[in-house]
Amino acid sequence: MASLFLELWQAYLWPLILIILKIVAIVVPLLVAVAYLTYAERKVIAAMQMRKGPNVVGPFGLLQPIADGFKLFLKETILPTASNKVVYLIAPMLTFFLALVAWAVIPFDEGIVLADINVGVLYLFAISSLGVYGIIMAGWASNSKYAFLGGLRSAAQMVSYEVSIGFVLISILLTVGSLNLSDVVMAQKKMWFILPHLPLFFIFLISGLAETNRSPFDLPEAEAELVAGYNVEYSAMPFALFFLGEYANMILMSAMTSILFLGGWLPPFNLAMLAWIPGPIWFALKIAFVLFIFLWVRATFPRYRYDQLMRLGWKVFLPFSLAWLVITAGVLQFTGLVPK
Amino acid sequence: MGEAKSHNYTINLGPQHPSAHGVLRLVLEMSGEVVERADPHIGLLHRGTEKLIEHKTYQQATPYFDRLDYVGTMNQEHAFVLAAEKLLGVVVPPRGQMIRTLYCEIGRVLNHILNITAYVMDVGGMTPILWGFEEREKLMAFYERVCGARLHANYFRVGGVAFDLPAGLLEDIATWAAAFPKVLDDIETLVTENRIFKQRTVDIGIVSREQALDWGFSGPNLRASGLAWDLRKAQPYECYADLDFDIPVGKHGDCYDRYLVRMAEMRESVKLIRQCAAKMPGGPCKVEDRKVSPPPRAEMKRSMEALIHHFKLFTEGFHVPAGETYTAVEAPKGEFAVYLVSDGTNKPYRCKIRAPGYAHLQALEMMTKGHMLADVVAVIGSIDIVFGEIDR
Repeated sequence: MASLFLELWQAYLWPLILIILKIVAIVVPLLVAVAYLTYAERKVIAAMQMRKGPNVVGPFGLLQPIADGFKLFLKETILPTASNKVVYLIAPMLTFFLALVAWAVIPFDEGIVLADINVGVLYLFAISSLGVYGIIMAGWASNSKYAFLGGLRSAAQMVSYEVSIGFVLISILLTVGSLNLSDVVMAQKKMWFILPHLPLFFIFLISGLAETNRSPFDLPEAEAELVAGYNVEYSAMPFALFFLGEYANMILMSAMTSILFLGGWLPPFNLAMLAWIPGPIWFALKIAFVLFIFLWVRATFPRYRYDQLMRLGWKVFLPFSLAWLVITAGVLQFTGLVPK
Repeated sequence: MGEAKSHNYTINLGPQHPSAHGVLRLVLEMSGEVVERADPHIGLLHRGTEKLIEHKTYQQATPYFDRLDYVGTMNQEHAFVLAAEKLLGVVVPPRGQMIRTLYCEIGRVLNHILNITAYVMDVGGMTPILWGFEEREKLMAFYERVCGARLHANYFRVGGVAFDLPAGLLEDIATWAAAFPKVLDDIETLVTENRIFKQRTVDIGIVSREQALDWGFSGPNLRASGLAWDLRKAQPYECYADLDFDIPVGKHGDCYDRYLVRMAEMRESVKLIRQCAAKMPGGPCKVEDRKVSPPPRAEMKRSMEALIHHFKLFTEGFHVPAGETYTAVEAPKGEFAVYLVSDGTNKPYRCKIRAPGYAHLQALEMMTKGHMLADVVAVIGSIDIVFGEIDR
């Protein structure tokens, strides 16, 4: 009996506990980061708009995100009478869930990754493609015209920008020769991919804005037209889940940008002094930098119109990333740099 | 499989919608994202202003004008007091005229700041409105210093203005006028050449010169369509004839031109404000005729006659000779006019108000047909409507 328990413990329970601990170790800092990203967003945009931003709750308003979270937690969850209640409630859960599971393959340092799978890039791509379902479901299940239009826009938008993101990813993995994200980072030891693939970096960044429905591509929730778009009927925790999902996705996009183009956890130069700073900190700094660009753009630009957004995606980004893919492949072939 | 039958989609934009600019209710018939029909519904802010004015003395009527277009309030008081003065045959002393001109131009800047920045926000740029509101705050402080109210001023009176300028105000206004173009420059760097802003506004909601005239456009919307028509130049009232300013004119009559015209108009207004502050003449700020404007407080302590004048003015008001007039001013939003009919009593017999926004709103369907939903918002922002004056 004892040996059976020991065997059970060693074979199943302990690994399970270990995995759960690892997941908690990723998810908790992630959620804290999301909370403080909202704070950072308000502060950064406030500074750009010459105002103060949150400064009442706690020192420098640092407790504001927590107060916001509590507020949303304690509010009533309103279920519109005309809505399809099951789908209506599943939608935010799905969005939030997908925003979290994607982090499984993100490497924080050499060997520090929850699932070091060989198809990391594909996995990420698949998960981010699924993200659109949460929004379509929300838009449809709310049974409101504004939400429905928002859901439609969002679906069209995410699908079109995923295509160019896909080609960007292919160009990168051609250069690396692996779909494993840790390999992608290690391949940038000598030179970050932002240098050889500079135009791709911009395409990826802009597509990332579109993919996460951020300004200037925040059409699904364009408040001037659609009031709040797909989440117009949501309140309290379901709304908070959408919100958390959106911000977690923003951080994920920034993490992907830094892994694919900015050398992940690697220090900027191969200097011993810089190498003293641990990898995860470099990684966090790079994510913060990309996130700052996200916020900066939001404070600066007006919003695209629906058809203009589609045109940009299909007629500019897609041909360009496709051409760049062919060029990359050609250059790699003829210079003999193709990774083994 | 037969072709699926598609039918139009009706959405109700407003009355509580972030870009309805007040209480516009717009019933949109859409084919996908394209607008087939836009049907503005008005009247949600109707307060019966015109009828109420018929039951008030002339002096009591001016506050109603603040509550029409509540963005540039003094400009509308102006139309009413000018009409009453015309019927009375009163000539306002030069200082009173100059103060009114100064505050009308401040009102114009107040209005254009709000419109431009809210318009940019409607197309998604959220920063200019916060920059602009800081300036609006300063301008409203100028309102407050001269009459005690930040918004509903009730400062213009038949025969002049209520109070003279407090000491130091003109210098502060001049200082502000020197600094303000820098803020305009900042907003322009963010908006004017922005590719996304241009994509959203160029060739959207085009109104040709003929269409603009047919639909009764006036003000910046008319000038954006290429017609240099400005009442301040065309039939100068007050002291506009002595001041030097230009009329910005657009070319295409699209949303972008309407933005540019307003932007340029603000610079012209600043020019006017500077001139007014520099040229401000001395003397009284309202007519000395005690039958129209109340005597000063000190005089009432000494003179019985002054006391009687005061009492009569604030109970019965003054009687206006029978007659009628259509008096128009160039309000920030366009030609704002009062058609005033007097039957010789102390109350107007009829006071018809011509609000520019009303004419602009009726053209909304013409401007938005065939455009997309997002363009409707841009067009509403660009024609600068405020429901206080449309619903009256």
